[in-house]
Amino acid sequence: MVAAAAEPRPEAPSEIVRLSGVRFAWPGAGAFSLAIDAFSLRKGERVLLIGPSGSGKSTFLSLLCGIVAPQAGSIEILGTDTTRLSASARDGFRAEHIGIVFQMFNLLPYGTVIDNVLLALSFAPARRRRAAAAGPVAEEAARLLARLGLEPHLVRGPSAANLSVGQQQRVAAARALIGRPELIVADEPTSALDRDRQAAFLELLFGEVREAGASLVMVSHDVSLAPHFDRVVRLDEIAVRRQGEAP
Amino acid sequence: MIVLRLALQSLRNRWLTAALTVIAIAVSITLLLGVEKVRTGARQSFADTISGTDLIVGARSGAIQLLLYSVFRIGNATNNISWPSYQDIASHPDVAWAVPLSLGDSHRGFRVLGTTPAYFEHYRYRQAHGLRFRAGGPFSDLFDAAVGADVAAALGYKLGDRITLSHGLGSVSFIEHDDKPFRIAGILEKTGTPVDRTVHVSLEAIEAIHVDWQSGARIPGQSVSAEEVRAMKLEPKAVTAALVGLKSRLATFRVQRAINEYRAEPLSAILPGAALQELWALVATAETALKVVSAMVVATALLGMVTMILTTLNERRREMAILRSVGARPRTVLGLLVAEAGVLTLAGTGLGLLLLYAALLLVQPYVDTNYGLHLPIEPPKPGELATLGVILVAGCLAGLLPALRAYRLSLADGMTVRT
Repeated sequence: MVAAAAEPRPEAPSEIVRLSGVRFAWPGAGAFSLAIDAFSLRKGERVLLIGPSGSGKSTFLSLLCGIVAPQAGSIEILGTDTTRLSASARDGFRAEHIGIVFQMFNLLPYGTVIDNVLLALSFAPARRRRAAAAGPVAEEAARLLARLGLEPHLVRGPSAANLSVGQQQRVAAARALIGRPELIVADEPTSALDRDRQAAFLELLFGEVREAGASLVMVSHDVSLAPHFDRVVRLDEIAVRRQGEAP
Repeated sequence: MIVLRLALQSLRNRWLTAALTVIAIAVSITLLLGVEKVRTGARQSFADTISGTDLIVGARSGAIQLLLYSVFRIGNATNNISWPSYQDIASHPDVAWAVPLSLGDSHRGFRVLGTTPAYFEHYRYRQAHGLRFRAGGPFSDLFDAAVGADVAAALGYKLGDRITLSHGLGSVSFIEHDDKPFRIAGILEKTGTPVDRTVHVSLEAIEAIHVDWQSGARIPGQSVSAEEVRAMKLEPKAVTAALVGLKSRLATFRVQRAINEYRAEPLSAILPGAALQELWALVATAETALKVVSAMVVATALLGMVTMILTTLNERRREMAILRSVGARPRTVLGLLVAEAGVLTLAGTGLGLLLLYAALLLVQPYVDTNYGLHLPIEPPKPGELATLGVILVAGCLAGLLPALRAYRLSLADGMTVRT
């Protein structure tokens, strides 16, 4: 029997993310909120993006994920310039190729653990097929959750609102990883965890990212996380002057 | 499909506010459809009350007043028709039959109607239904009475029971014709008309119980017993109104004009259908006002729903951001909230219909017995279904308001909730 055909994926160049000449301003902001001349990410690379509060970290992630589009410049992911895609095509691209972990409270509180994990496949048919390659998607979700250390009785048990912060982060990581997206974006996922739990969570996350062959961009203002990553990028080093600011 | 499932899960998560919203919509739907049921029920009941009568004749008055007191037993006549005038009209060459009606007395709150046996022969309701007796028959003795179905049911009467009539129309009267009791000779089948709430006696009986009365009181020192009165000539001096059937419908306006121009006394002849139309025209404003109030109640309930969704929107922005992160398009977020409004309106409509039919089952017998208003329990008519459809669409459109706001917020928020 032939295994379920894997969805043809865009040929992965060694640089899977490349930003150049990006200029972005939130509507009504007047000046550019973020300006990045160049940024790139290699396949399988784990990058920690550091910057103080208000430095534009979340805006950077919104641009990277295609939730917003820059006024100028290009953002290439897996060889596709997402700035040339329509808004709905960017949504589709994000659903298929990018897994996102938020800072906290990033689960639908009314859904079960499985509901929340499978939500990532709801708008991504190709990713769903990838997740289903080895069996039913619910089993794949349960396998991921088990690897991330979530107790089995919680998988189909209570709604996400009843989980601890640590458990929620594991579920959020499973949602980002299911279907093996090429890029994982994490927005301060460890900020609500204590030191020991931070290290344990990162270890689990890195293991799964490595297993999936994905690249990781994590945003944080916590420089102590730097040793865990291949590269550390300070946002204020790659972000050029903002319009109106002195050169 | 996923949008609907998410909408349902989200609503389940906020079940209390959602339930209250659904109840508010349901009550408003029940009110709207209930008002319509009462309105159409009242119209149908009125329209069904009299059929086959070409003209109603009474003392000179307005058409609606004459119709109300002669057929619906509502209100009183301003004057009577003298017996010779009635006889003159009854003998008109175009008149096929005439039934005199004499009103003014009551029995424990039910109207007493003095008439002739021809009443049971010619009175028609719901197009062609004639009066039928469930037990017994029309009056054969001077002091026989035939009671309507509701009178018998409400007072527990059976054939042979003795009753006394009261002078006047109060439900409790201190002026009783207790010296001349009546025997129940017949119980009519239910008709759904004022006949059910009427005690029928002969015209002669009405004359007999008033033979020793003058100006609404007994003549002092004069008392005529029930036995003595049987020997007297009991020809009525006047009647309240008369139902008239014509030999040909073509003669209707000719006979009407002749009666309206009657020289011996001022009389009115009305066409029941035309008088009913006049009545509807009169109450149309009130009906419209009721409809507008009901529609406003529905609008208020929908507004409440919009408020509920809007107030929860801020705390749900993270939920929207999560959906956007997994690839939901802004229009999916918009669809989610419209679907939520649609689900709430649909649930409110369904519950409203259930409440309506439960209320109808509960109050129908009471309203029928006490007000003679038959509220049919039947599936929603096309017009009512269309109204519900409009409300459903209005609910979804109302949901667009918070949905558009959520749409804008989801675009503005990006990866995080921007405050």
